[in-house]
Amino acid sequence: MNILLLSNSLYTYLVIAALLFGIGIYGLVQRQTFIGMLISAELILSGASLNFMAFNCFLTPDPTVGQLFTLFIMAIAAAEAAIALSIIIAVYRNYKSIDTEDVTDLQG
Amino acid sequence: MISLFTAEGFYAILFLGFVGVTLAGALIAVTARSLIRSVAGLALCFLGVAGLYYYLNGPFVALMQILIYVGAVCVTIIFAVMLAESSELKRVTRRNVLIGPLAFLVSALLVWGLVGLALKTEWRFSPAIANLGTVGDLGKSLLTTYSMSFELISVVLLVAVVGSLVLARSGRSK
Repeated sequence: MNILLLSNSLYTYLVIAALLFGIGIYGLVQRQTFIGMLISAELILSGASLNFMAFNCFLTPDPTVGQLFTLFIMAIAAAEAAIALSIIIAVYRNYKSIDTEDVTDLQG
Repeated sequence: MISLFTAEGFYAILFLGFVGVTLAGALIAVTARSLIRSVAGLALCFLGVAGLYYYLNGPFVALMQILIYVGAVCVTIIFAVMLAESSELKRVTRRNVLIGPLAFLVSALLVWGLVGLALKTEWRFSPAIANLGTVGDLGKSLLTTYSMSFELISVVLLVAVVGSLVLARSGRSK
């Protein structure tokens, strides 16, 4: 397969989106702070958006659908980031830490 | 075979550059020890994804990606990092040492499954017939077919902004 024709293939974008998703899952499990987990969640969302844009470009007869869905994902992600960050600020004010292991009142 | 020194060759090399920037940014965002560096990696990754959107025939979405993600979300996360604490460096780890390898195993399995699924499925390719997907078409469908979801997303954003103000305000003494 010619490496210079990669940008015209659906599979390239699907593989990149799967890699972004996997890297995001890895960070979500392995990170110890809330902000690190939020960053990984943003990576997962961008993998999903990339999938939508790829299918939109190659498979659908109406190319506005996927672009609009990606724009809606962006709006939801912005709302999610705002809410999550204000929760993190509230947690930091109460516990003086954003470590996930410090925020445990019930020892189980 | 396309020569490297033509417009098509430059187009292809730029694409490979965007792919590299995306994956490198994602890896920096996940593995960097200091949170600020991790946010910088996230911004790099979003810039690369915006370049990929440009190759996928969506220049408007690419510009919105830079405006919203790099311009708003990353800056907000940086503010939160500066308000809370800044590094994971001097922390006593009390957690299981198996978490790192297990996380790698789980994500590798997920990537393997997704890539296998993507390469094995018979996709039915079809050319665009309804419209060309330009910014004008996007605006028309936002105000006709998808006007309900457009209004709903505005309400969601408003509620999110008010809710985050209330949440961040509530523990404060003054």
